[in-house]
Amino acid sequence: MDSFRDKLVPVTSILAGVVVLWYVFAVILNAPFQRDLDTRANETPGTVEFIGKTLAQPKPTLPAPHQVAVNFFENTFLRPITSSRSLVYNAWVTLSSTLLGFAFGTALGIIIAVGIVHVATLDRSLMPWIIASQTIPILAVAPMIIVVLAAIGVTGLIPKAMISTYLSFFPVTVGMVKGLRSPEIMHLDLMHTYNASPSQTFWKLRVPASVPFLFTSMKVAVAASLVGAIVGELPTGAVAGIGAKLLAGAYYSQSIDIWSALVAGSIVAALLVMVVGMAGRIVDRAMGGRPA
Amino acid sequence: MTGISPAVVAASKLGLTFQTNDGPVQALSNVDLTIGKGEFVSFIGPSGCGKTTLLRVIADLEKPTSGTISVNGMTAEQAREKRAYGYVFQAAALFPWRTIERNVALPLEIMGLSKAEQVERIKRTLDLVNLSGFEKKYPWQLSGGMQQRASIARALAFDADLLLMDEPFGALDEIVRDHLNEQLLQLWARTNKTICFVTHSIPEAVYLSTRIVVMSPRPGRVSDIIQSTLPKERPLDIRETPEFLAIAARVRDGLRAGHSYDD
Repeated sequence: MDSFRDKLVPVTSILAGVVVLWYVFAVILNAPFQRDLDTRANETPGTVEFIGKTLAQPKPTLPAPHQVAVNFFENTFLRPITSSRSLVYNAWVTLSSTLLGFAFGTALGIIIAVGIVHVATLDRSLMPWIIASQTIPILAVAPMIIVVLAAIGVTGLIPKAMISTYLSFFPVTVGMVKGLRSPEIMHLDLMHTYNASPSQTFWKLRVPASVPFLFTSMKVAVAASLVGAIVGELPTGAVAGIGAKLLAGAYYSQSIDIWSALVAGSIVAALLVMVVGMAGRIVDRAMGGRPA
Repeated sequence: MTGISPAVVAASKLGLTFQTNDGPVQALSNVDLTIGKGEFVSFIGPSGCGKTTLLRVIADLEKPTSGTISVNGMTAEQAREKRAYGYVFQAAALFPWRTIERNVALPLEIMGLSKAEQVERIKRTLDLVNLSGFEKKYPWQLSGGMQQRASIARALAFDADLLLMDEPFGALDEIVRDHLNEQLLQLWARTNKTICFVTHSIPEAVYLSTRIVVMSPRPGRVSDIIQSTLPKERPLDIRETPEFLAIAARVRDGLRAGHSYDD
């Protein structure tokens, strides 16, 4: 509880600072357009009134925090969740492909890591390609994956999930290679004195030793999965999802919609990372981990 | 005492040279040694004398580059495959994700013993090292001395006749060490195992052993082998007797003769 309070004060101070800065920039960035409007309407508002107007534009360059908050609240709580404008509905669409891609990515990452740790040839041949795969800009690859898969009749959830997989397998592979190689020499020697088979050493030593590494990398992977799902929605002309909301907002200059979709995405990301972190802690406890 | 007992460990002209970046290092050179059944043999010497390396060669954790070694009349590798020995490392090396009883069960699981047999052996060996009641604890919940006792229990659990111990009490404080030395002797008397024990403590070596192998470095070799004249029954205060001190003096002389401390 104390650690929670220790964190609360610094985090809220930073948040307050960010909100203040945000308002300042909202006024500065929206001022030119507002001045333009006022000139055309032959109005000469006072300073306070002018600032008030910059923070209440329907399509501002930078929406004020309260505009985003109101939009977010309306689209989250006041709409039926079946409505295509509901953020809950759109977040769910993105979340489902995130989770599917994350599951694939984690499985793929673990399989590749096991291969790399146990087959020397794979270690030397595969690792450079895996690293290279992550240097390719996903934004360029995503439309091609979508288009190619659509051409062979695969549409909907799977293509988006594959982009999530593409982004999320990498941290899992790197973490698991490290985790599977983490047992101390002494523990490996011990298994050797028992004449343990490679599979016994794997299941009784390497796998349990790698579990903390797995959860650390899964936290990174789940956030990457969400990014992948959002990116996957951009080129598909998807009708639903956080990515689709972002794109629609950009088309119609609905900057407030863009920002509230962004907030929704961030909340989903934070929740996903938290859930994985909690799962990690539960597993750690079950494996006799020392309470921190 | 049946006179000549069959050799548990027999080394002849044993040598091991490590190839390092700074050129070859002779860790063991020309080691001749025979260890009989039921003996308690200590290997003592300064760091770099090859005492741990010798133990690891017996355990088939290192391969000798010359000479021969046999364990229970087989090659060291065959003996390891037959699980002829239990090995106790410098650190307890318990798996942190297993409770004490699951740690002791590890070798039993690997050997494929039945659940009932496992339970029986875990109980027996934990009794033997006075750790009953700590079955469900995780290693971090135990003191260093208790952890090391758990690792001894693990080495005893599968009933090998040979126990190889590599400075098992080196990281523990002196009071705990005395206590564990006493317990180890009792355990040895009760189980009639053959024990090879690496240490760098003269009192520990003299107190525990029936035979002390003094080793010296560069190259690692055996410089003296001392037969202990102490009785098998050894209370802790035997360490103040003239007989004990005489053996300790001879070990110290042996270490000095090996030019181990000139620099």
